[in-house]
Parts: sequence; C-alpha cells; structure tokens
Amino acid sequence: MSVVATIRPDSWNFPLFLHVLGAMILVGGVLTCASALAFARGDTRMLRLGYWTLLAVGLPGYLLMRVGAEWIYSKEGLDDVANEPDWIGLGYLIADTGALVLLVALVTGGVGIYRQREGKGSVLLTITLALSVVLLVAYLVAVWAMSGKPD
Amino acid sequence: MSFDDWLLVLHVLSAFAYAAGIVLFWVLLVAVRRTDTPDGTTRMEPVVKVGNAAVWLGAGGVIIFGIWLAFSVGGYDLWDGWILAAIVLWVISLAIGKRTGDAYVEGMKKAQELQAAGQTAPNAELLALNRTSTGLLMHALASVVLLLILIDMIWKPGA
Repeated sequence: MSVVATIRPDSWNFPLFLHVLGAMILVGGVLTCASALAFARGDTRMLRLGYWTLLAVGLPGYLLMRVGAEWIYSKEGLDDVANEPDWIGLGYLIADTGALVLLVALVTGGVGIYRQREGKGSVLLTITLALSVVLLVAYLVAVWAMSGKPD
Repeated sequence: MSFDDWLLVLHVLSAFAYAAGIVLFWVLLVAVRRTDTPDGTTRMEPVVKVGNAAVWLGAGGVIIFGIWLAFSVGGYDLWDGWILAAIVLWVISLAIGKRTGDAYVEGMKKAQELQAAGQTAPNAELLALNRTSTGLLMHALASVVLLLILIDMIWKPGA
C-alpha cells in the first residue's frame, strides 16, 4: 500500500503539524542564514543578520520540530516497535547530528560576530556558512526520508 | 518507493521551499524596516533573489506535483473539498505574494535611484518605503494563508 493513501488518526494531526511547522521554520532560518552570510561580502550588518537568523529563527524551529517529532513518535507507538523503520532511524540521525552541527555553527558564528568588532572573525563566519549549507543538504535528505518513507 | 511516493516527496520538498521563502522574507522584512541607506537596501537584493527563487520554485512544484498526486493516488480526486480548498488558498497566496513584492520593490527601486545619483546618506523617503505597512500586512496575510494550507494538508477535512 502506498504511504500516500495512509489515513492517520485525528489525534496524530496536531503533533505532526508542530513537527512540520518547526521543520519549515528551521529550513527557512538556515536558508536565510546561509544566503545572508554568502552575500554579505564583509558587510557587518548582513553578517549579523545571517547569524541572528540562525539563532532566533533556526534554533526555535529546530526545537519545535524536535518536540513535535518526539510527540508524534510516541503517538504512533513507534517507541514500542522492536525494529523501527529505516526512515525513522535516518530522521533521528539527521536531527541529532544536525543539532550538534547547528550548535557548532551557532558557537562559531557567535564568536565570529563578536570578533567582528576588532575586524576579525571572518573565518569563523565562513565556517558557520559552510555548516549551514551542510545542514540544508541534510534537511533535504530528511524531508525526502520523512515524506517518502523508504524501507 | 513507488512513483506516487516520489511525487509526494517532490510535493513536500516544494512546500518546504515555499515556506522557507516566506520565512526568509520575514527576516528581510524585519531587517529592512531599520534600513534607511541606499547601500543597506540594495545589499539585500541577492538574498531577495534567493527568496524569490524559493517561493516560485516551491509554489510551482507544490501545485504541479499536488495536482499530479490527486490524479495518481487512488482514493483522492481533484474535486475533493480539501484539495479544492488548497488550490483556492494557493491562488490567493500567489495574489497576495505579488502584492507584497510590488510593495517592497518600491524601496529597492528608490535605493537604486539614489545610488545612481551618487547619494549614500540616510534617506527618510527610502526608510518610509522600506517600512511599507501594505507590504507588511500582505506578507502577514500570505503567511496565514500558508498556515491554512498546511492545516488543510495535514487534517484533510472531509477526506
């Protein structure tokens, strides 16, 4: 049976809504951060915009996505399944590894923005940009896994 | 994965691109409200282009793969209430999005004119254009419509 045709119980809808909404905010925040950092060309205002977007939009989006994920996971009873599907494992892998990458990107970006006052920090902000691009690619794979649910 | 599953993947990826574009424009909209210099305004143009690409690719993909899915997947039809509602909301969101773009492009045009005239100082008229309340309202409406589409897609009322 195609997963497309699967009908969910109504009680799963709200957790799923939070999960998807959080993921969309997260992807939007990371995309904006990467774009602003990529096109800043040394402009402090754009560099700050990129970093603060990751912190103020990307991070809350991640938290909402993660809370929604845990909620829908328990609602679907997947925590009681002995061998969970591959797409769930991939989702967790990307979410957890992604959290670490996001954290590193926030720390390097934060230090980079702070050091901008002394005219330094561009290398750290380039690292934040690179990590944001890595996150975007990983989230693309996560969206594929979550919606396609490959075996 | 079946062909329908791939269609769903492309449909959802498009929806993410669309939503990411809306989020990106929220960030720019907040940032541009404090921007009163031509240079500061035009510097945002490449990011605006990324947002435009995300919104247009996303909006196009969502409707193409969504309608394809409605025909392809058994049990769903294009004239199902929740699918028709989504299509109507999609059309409304495009119309609103165009008005948002029209409102904010005025500030960008003004900034480019000032730059061409060699003016770099803060400009009150530019700031007023960048703080367009019509643009802000339209973008808020577009976001609400997007949220309604997401609710419709998840709850599928009447399905």
